[in-house]
Amino acid sequence: MSRSIKPAENYKEKARTAATKKATMGEDIDLTSYTRSAEEHPYQKDPSKLPRVTKNQMLSAGIMLDDPTQRTGTFIQIDNTPIHSSVKQDGVEVMPVSEAMKKYDWLGDYYWKAVPVDTDKYTASVELGQNDGYFIRTQPGTKTDFPVQACLYLSKAKLAQNVHNIIIAEENSELHIITGCTTSLGNEPGMHLGVSEFYIKKGAKITFTMIHSWNPEFAVRPRTAAIIEDNGLFLSNYVLMKPVKSLQMNPIARCNGENATARFNSILVALPESNMDVGSRVFLNGKGARTEIISRAITTGGHITARGYIEGNAPEVKGHLECRGLILDNRGTIHAIPELKGTLAGIDLYHEAAIGKIAEEEVEYLMARGLTRDEATATIVRGFLHVDIEGLPPMLNQELQRAVKVSEQDFM
Amino acid sequence: MLEIKNLSVAVEGKEILHNVNLTVNTGETHVLFGPNGSGKTTLLMTIMGFPKYRVTKGTIAFKGTDITHASVDERARLGIGLSFQRPPVVRGVKTRDMVFAALKEKDKPEMVDTLAKDTNLEEFLDRDINYGFSGGEIKRSELMQLLAQRPDLVLLDEPESGVDLENIALIGRLINELLEKGSKIRVRSSMGLIITHTGHILDYVHARNGYIMLDGSISCMGDPHEILAEIKEKGYEECARCVFRSARYVT
Repeated sequence: MSRSIKPAENYKEKARTAATKKATMGEDIDLTSYTRSAEEHPYQKDPSKLPRVTKNQMLSAGIMLDDPTQRTGTFIQIDNTPIHSSVKQDGVEVMPVSEAMKKYDWLGDYYWKAVPVDTDKYTASVELGQNDGYFIRTQPGTKTDFPVQACLYLSKAKLAQNVHNIIIAEENSELHIITGCTTSLGNEPGMHLGVSEFYIKKGAKITFTMIHSWNPEFAVRPRTAAIIEDNGLFLSNYVLMKPVKSLQMNPIARCNGENATARFNSILVALPESNMDVGSRVFLNGKGARTEIISRAITTGGHITARGYIEGNAPEVKGHLECRGLILDNRGTIHAIPELKGTLAGIDLYHEAAIGKIAEEEVEYLMARGLTRDEATATIVRGFLHVDIEGLPPMLNQELQRAVKVSEQDFM
Repeated sequence: MLEIKNLSVAVEGKEILHNVNLTVNTGETHVLFGPNGSGKTTLLMTIMGFPKYRVTKGTIAFKGTDITHASVDERARLGIGLSFQRPPVVRGVKTRDMVFAALKEKDKPEMVDTLAKDTNLEEFLDRDINYGFSGGEIKRSELMQLLAQRPDLVLLDEPESGVDLENIALIGRLINELLEKGSKIRVRSSMGLIITHTGHILDYVHARNGYIMLDGSISCMGDPHEILAEIKEKGYEECARCVFRSARYVT
């Protein structure tokens, strides 16, 4: 195995061969209509000194800068420049991935190892146009007291932000991350391309809560994969309740170790003109591996494709896939595509999918307790979006619910 | 006072209730008997105001206000409360949220936990409402919500069905609490209208009047214990024959 990052040149070559390769899903985005260059931003030692408007925008994506006591570390990148990285706990590392590449020659063992560089033109663009990203790692046995927060922020119109993130939880460590991706651009176009590679070592745990807050002209193509070893846990929560022009992602978790577990929860709200194609794929390759994929999709006029794919390739694996959709406006569509594949006997996979409208019987039940029709409907929608997330620390759960609640105001 | 006059009700175009007359005075509890499909639940659902139950004739007045065409929530806020026989599961909406939504005294949120304790449902507060509840748990959960709502008119649809013997006394006590049976009759502001199949609830709740409903009409009125004894002895078939002879027909 390579012990150096030098083979990156080979990746560049490979990337060039995929530079025009269309993705298998989602509409094709013309990358030539975006620029890769943006001016540098100054380093901010104290991110609470960022302009109020910037901080508020970041807060809408779960990034808290005024009260750092609730965070173990912080990483902020604006356009192509990491403007801040800090960490308060021993055994936890937070830094720009470019810095980590200089610091650790072994990073080549992780670089493009979970996500192939030639997956499609978007992964190729990230390699060719690389604009940094974050590196977060917990040392063996370390457990983060509070989540690490990471913000990827776009302020330049027509910029395609190409970031590459590497996240490693060493053996028996526990790492909680909240990441917010957002923009200050009101209604101007932009593009976010983010490759994230997660490595969860034996007995380790990563919870990754990602909140996206874009605008109606944004195109977004995250490319994520996680590799989970024996008794490891990867818990991914994704929230998108703000408008987006086009978003497509289909992260992969490879449960390679015995009893490795992956859980995906997605909360999607498509406003009119929004287009989102969001899935999760889990490969249960280790004996006794487990997964649960849960998505809640609401459309108020936009289009959602909610995918899920579980493949059972080892004995005693279990998987459950649940897609539920609610159509609140006739202009909207939801297309649920749950898929299961088993390759041997003794596996246990099942799925459930349902798309519908709010049941009148439920509205009337709440009205019989004195709620108005509007109050009853809002309560039911709020309940629909509420997912009990097993394994998420209470504080992060509260923050997630708060983010959902704040966004509810936009469509209810 | 609840005053129902000449009420006819259709469901999906079919008339279910015909010319029903019924008055429940403040402080009184009345009981409805009748075979399955006779229209008892339809009457309660109509009083609560569910749009599926369409009033084709007659009026419903409550506390002197004509509520024949009022919405469900307006009636709830006016002081009518219903214990559902088969309430829907509402995923993601916690029992705690439902009790709080119903709570009359919103400035006392701690009441939610007190009521859960009283109804032996503390462990259910953070579960989705009605999800995986047994028959008896649903009954207690409905009564818990009504105790939060404190309605002046309590509509109970078979409150004892599916309840094990251990809990029937608890259910009886909760209903009495709802109906303020501990208070002197002259200060009682609550009224009750209870559907019962078995009559078990009469061991716990003092009811003034009983009615038998047959084919969408109220056919008998009298002491609920006497009516129950008669039903037990002769069955509803004899009631039907009795009605046919018009011996005790009540309009």
